[in-house]
Amino acid sequence: MAEKSASEYRGSIHQQQKDLMLDWYQRLDHAAETGDPPTVSMMISGNCVELLEGFGAIPLYPEVNALQLAIRHQSLEPILAAEEMGYAGDNCAYVKADIGCMLKGITPTGGRLPKPTLVLCNFVGCNTYVKWFEHVAVYTGAPLNVVDVPFLRGDQPSQADIDYVVRQLKEVVVQMEKLTGRKFDYDRFQQAVAYSSEVEDLWSQIKHLAKNSPSPFDAYFDAITLMGPLYVYRGKREGVEFFRAALNELKQKVQAGEGVYDQERFRVVVEGPPPYPYFRTFRDMFASWKAVAVASTYSTVGGLWEFGFRHDSKTPFESVAMHMLAQNVTNRNYLQRYDQIARYVKEWKADGVIIHFVKSCRLFSAGQGDMRDYFTKQLGVPTLYIESDLEDPRYFAEAQTKNRIDAFFESLEHAKRTAGHAVVA
Amino acid sequence: VMLSGAGDRLDIQHADSRFGSFICSIIKTTMEMAMTGHLEPFDGLLFSSICDSARNLCFVVKRNYPQMYVDFLHLPHSTSDSSVEFLAAEYRRIITELERLGGAPIQDAALRRSIELYNEQRRLVRRLYELRTQSPHLLRAWESYVLIRCGNLMPVEEHIQILKQALERIPARPGKKRDAIRVVIEGAFCEQPPLELIRLLENAGCDIVEDDLAIAQRWFTEDVPITGDPVLALATSYVHRSVYSSVRHDFSKPRWEGLAEKVRSTRAEAVIFLIAKFCEPAYFDFVLFKKKVDEMGLPHLLLEFEEKLFTFDRLRTEVETFVESLVFD
Repeated sequence: MAEKSASEYRGSIHQQQKDLMLDWYQRLDHAAETGDPPTVSMMISGNCVELLEGFGAIPLYPEVNALQLAIRHQSLEPILAAEEMGYAGDNCAYVKADIGCMLKGITPTGGRLPKPTLVLCNFVGCNTYVKWFEHVAVYTGAPLNVVDVPFLRGDQPSQADIDYVVRQLKEVVVQMEKLTGRKFDYDRFQQAVAYSSEVEDLWSQIKHLAKNSPSPFDAYFDAITLMGPLYVYRGKREGVEFFRAALNELKQKVQAGEGVYDQERFRVVVEGPPPYPYFRTFRDMFASWKAVAVASTYSTVGGLWEFGFRHDSKTPFESVAMHMLAQNVTNRNYLQRYDQIARYVKEWKADGVIIHFVKSCRLFSAGQGDMRDYFTKQLGVPTLYIESDLEDPRYFAEAQTKNRIDAFFESLEHAKRTAGHAVVA
Repeated sequence: VMLSGAGDRLDIQHADSRFGSFICSIIKTTMEMAMTGHLEPFDGLLFSSICDSARNLCFVVKRNYPQMYVDFLHLPHSTSDSSVEFLAAEYRRIITELERLGGAPIQDAALRRSIELYNEQRRLVRRLYELRTQSPHLLRAWESYVLIRCGNLMPVEEHIQILKQALERIPARPGKKRDAIRVVIEGAFCEQPPLELIRLLENAGCDIVEDDLAIAQRWFTEDVPITGDPVLALATSYVHRSVYSSVRHDFSKPRWEGLAEKVRSTRAEAVIFLIAKFCEPAYFDFVLFKKKVDEMGLPHLLLEFEEKLFTFDRLRTEVETFVESLVFD
């Protein structure tokens, strides 16, 4: 039966990540005031934050701004402002929230956001990114560069794919040199790639800790907390320090046998982004069943590292290209996502899969009915399919979502109980 | 054969279970065609960079029909020289797959012959549009649409003959000039509206002097060169000599300027945005297109459709009101 349960992991890493993110926003505010450091608008998916280090530039992530607003229940106003301009009900609400904010001067912290030195669309699979950044460039008047990353059609990128992305990254370097008046610091770039590789290793170890039962953290909800520093600080020493501390803290929890709840009743894999406007409410729906996400696809948007990929400082450009092409969930093809989830179910020993369809994101959601068909019929994995949105609060049906989640866990519980009887018999 | 969904010819009974809410109709009718055996005559299906839903559809089809050759062609979102080189490599990859499927190598000479034929088809289609823009009373948009669209389903040689005959006979047709407003249709580049809807627009008093319907046969603005490496010629033409479209990106030439040029060259008096329900690329472009059209001081109307639309009353009222407001202005 469902019951009230404390859910959120609040160790020292929670506070540390808050401090890091606040520091980042302060630096953006400083950039807005003084023009220093240079800033580059980028997408989270397959971001090439390492390249920015070569110019001492910092990233500006519109998605992070949008999700911060949604979590604070402030996304509807900018969404409506964008719709007033002509954006459709069916356009991605992340984009609408971002553009609405830009026009109304709303920021997540109340500080200022700079006009980016460069709007760098690191395309990776999401066609909406291309439109989004084109619009941002029009409204801000900042220069636009779209890195065309070929979608992963087969299992691995071809040499032509890698060469193509490397050439474009080098073109970005030339453009940034002109825009900033700074010479590209190759050594610093290489060092950033080396830091990234360390962070990725630590992050991967954290992900693998969720194989323990109980898992020391929720690899969907808590992983999101860790994702901010992962994208902003991956190529920095602070990033390495943060993830080292996080790994140690979570390892101690494993040694002490501590889980997310006093008892871990269900282990699930979650597919799709969360409903940020109802983040807490949504989380509580799982907490009441003491259900823990042991893996999630959303936490691999910025990079897929738990299966072994690391940046390589010996070939920095090539490894950045490889990350953009093949090592993030959005540029990988749909069937590779099926395999990723299937691996999680098997190796992380999950009881079922939760598929969260978000209206805004067709990259994630188009075809999830087929995904459910694959997992239930072909693999025999219990699967729950629910629908809402990641940014627009108007698409979250609380009672209906709760009913479906309750029904799913009730049936899982029943299946577990009857399976237990079978063993006894 | 160029597929454009199943239009209004197929009820969706199975595909809804694979592609849920907020996904456009063409994705679902294409999936429905696969699920009801309508794609069985084909050995392969080739998808290209249109949108995120269409790309996922490629892989869903691939999983469900493993006996079929299903592939995805990545078309560049950039117009640099490295894009040409990449696209040529991508075309060569597809050619290798097609050779395997066809059991015979594809010779450069054969490719050049094919390019020549399609160049001719494109020239004829361009002439058809010129004729319609000059004399919309001689050739209605729905007629030219049918003439062009049928070419997606037959050998190009046959289509060329049909186009030639049409071009010969149209100038001699009886047709009276009428009191109508000259409009450009924008936004229906993928999912196609029912023919009835195009007729509805014309009957309501619009002369559709330009549109982006069945755009593939007008994709290249100039002939693709038939000398030199044919694969490189195709790649260069795609990157540097394509029409503007919501699903192709050339950031040195904004698409809204393409629309403005189209309006000016056809002396259009209004723009009708005809957008398929849930078509995200069209909705995004609508905002910047609308901004441009507003700056030009041109009236515009936004209409949403689905390929399997069957009641037109509301749309008819909207269009008639729009036309009346212009005629009596």
